[in-house]
Amino acid sequence: MKRWPKILFYVIIVRPIVLVIMGLNVRHRERLLKGAAILVVNHNSPLDTLAVASIVPMADLHRLRPVGARDYFCRNAFCEMLSRNLLGVIPLERRPKRGEDLFGECVEALNNGDLLIIFPEGTRGEPEERVPFKAGVGRLVEKCPAVPMIPIFLRGCGKSLPRGESLFVPFVCDVVVGEPLSFAGDRRAVADQLEAAMDSLEETLPVPTGWDELDSV
Amino acid sequence: MTDGEKWVVGGILAILVTASIVIRVLPHQAESESYIELKRRVRSWWIMVFIFVGALVIDRRLSVIVFAFISFLALKEYVSAIPTRRVDRRALFWAYLSIPVQYYWAGTGYYGMFIVFIPVYLFLLIPLRLVIAGETKGFLRAAGTLHWGLMVTVFSLSHGAFLLSLEGGSGLLLYLVVLTQGNDVAQFISGKSFGKRKIVPLVSPNKTWAGFIGGVIITSGLAMALAPLLTPLSAAESAIAGVIIAVGGFFGDLTVSAVKRDLGIKDMGATIPGHGGVMDRVDSLTYTAPLFFHLVYYLHF
Repeated sequence: MKRWPKILFYVIIVRPIVLVIMGLNVRHRERLLKGAAILVVNHNSPLDTLAVASIVPMADLHRLRPVGARDYFCRNAFCEMLSRNLLGVIPLERRPKRGEDLFGECVEALNNGDLLIIFPEGTRGEPEERVPFKAGVGRLVEKCPAVPMIPIFLRGCGKSLPRGESLFVPFVCDVVVGEPLSFAGDRRAVADQLEAAMDSLEETLPVPTGWDELDSV
Repeated sequence: MTDGEKWVVGGILAILVTASIVIRVLPHQAESESYIELKRRVRSWWIMVFIFVGALVIDRRLSVIVFAFISFLALKEYVSAIPTRRVDRRALFWAYLSIPVQYYWAGTGYYGMFIVFIPVYLFLLIPLRLVIAGETKGFLRAAGTLHWGLMVTVFSLSHGAFLLSLEGGSGLLLYLVVLTQGNDVAQFISGKSFGKRKIVPLVSPNKTWAGFIGGVIITSGLAMALAPLLTPLSAAESAIAGVIIAVGGFFGDLTVSAVKRDLGIKDMGATIPGHGGVMDRVDSLTYTAPLFFHLVYYLHF
């Protein structure tokens, strides 16, 4: 894959928007690793991928491969071209046919030493509300058991640009990077393991007090 | 830049150089948390002085843009810290858009619009936009918090930028900022040295009578010393300016502390290493800028 269009896109367009206009509050950036890894991220907003891309060192940008829904990123040939070349997206079939190799491209990328971004919630859903992780993440990890998983908790992107909105409003977004986790041998346990990690990352962030009754509006 | 301004800038740099040398020479445990924090804080001071003085030297308009950007960062920190409803997003968008407009009035010296744009037009527009959004649950809270945020982060701070549209404005702005930040330091030091009786322990346990009074004395002394270099103020006027800045800075700091306490957070952000967020650094300025502005505007313009 040609790396320059992607690097330029991230450095010239994405980083200024994410770091200056929106603003990130990053904790434990040092936990990101050098080699191949699966970055496991909760999903609130289309900005999530861009936020994660903005905390990865510049030298690792070309290795970054967000895994996204094929029906969204490859709606047409033009979309697919942009998604693949600028964002580096690996399209994933949401409704695979029987016997289809769902994770072929992901496994290939990990073997090349790439950094995969996956959103195990499978959808952005309601902003700032996490839904249970899907089991597919376990299947992927089982295929590459040596690759570490790095949970990354995001808060705030869903306020800046929730699903279904087109107006971007700046909010500072919190990013907490977790300790790398390794595959314990049971693919069915992976989703739970990651969710527990997400919970503990979320707990490290301060929670505004005394306003709870308004959060649901 | 006038000679007086050059002297003051030279003085600021001399203080920073001294601070940088002292923290290296003074006996310390290199790895201790408080030492690292102190080093961070001094380094951030260097960067802030570099940006502020650099903009002041290069161009008046650049300084106005820097101020507008500080307002943007402060407003963003504020709306990120307070709980907002999803229906508030449109109103928030208008609040952000008011920043370039307000600083345009400030930069061009259009006093009439500058002084009414936010307290009249924005304060009518924001509830209007919230009404159109149509959610009444939490309406008053949304309108109230947004008004207060705009007042403090945009309207108040823009008075600093408006000073630049006055004759000798860069000197006045330098005077305001040096005294406000100096007052923070003076209160902190005299509070640490002599402070016992707390003024408002429920809002901020670090604020003592000794700190407050020490701040007033040191700041008004500094105000009288710097006035001939930077401002048209007479000796008596500059003493009043010093007292206003010391008292205003004290309450600006406390007000932001009260907000943080209400929200249950320690800092408004983490933009400036060693200081917290932008809002934590300019908290005193949100009171001193409009108060000082109106003093000089009334007396000399």
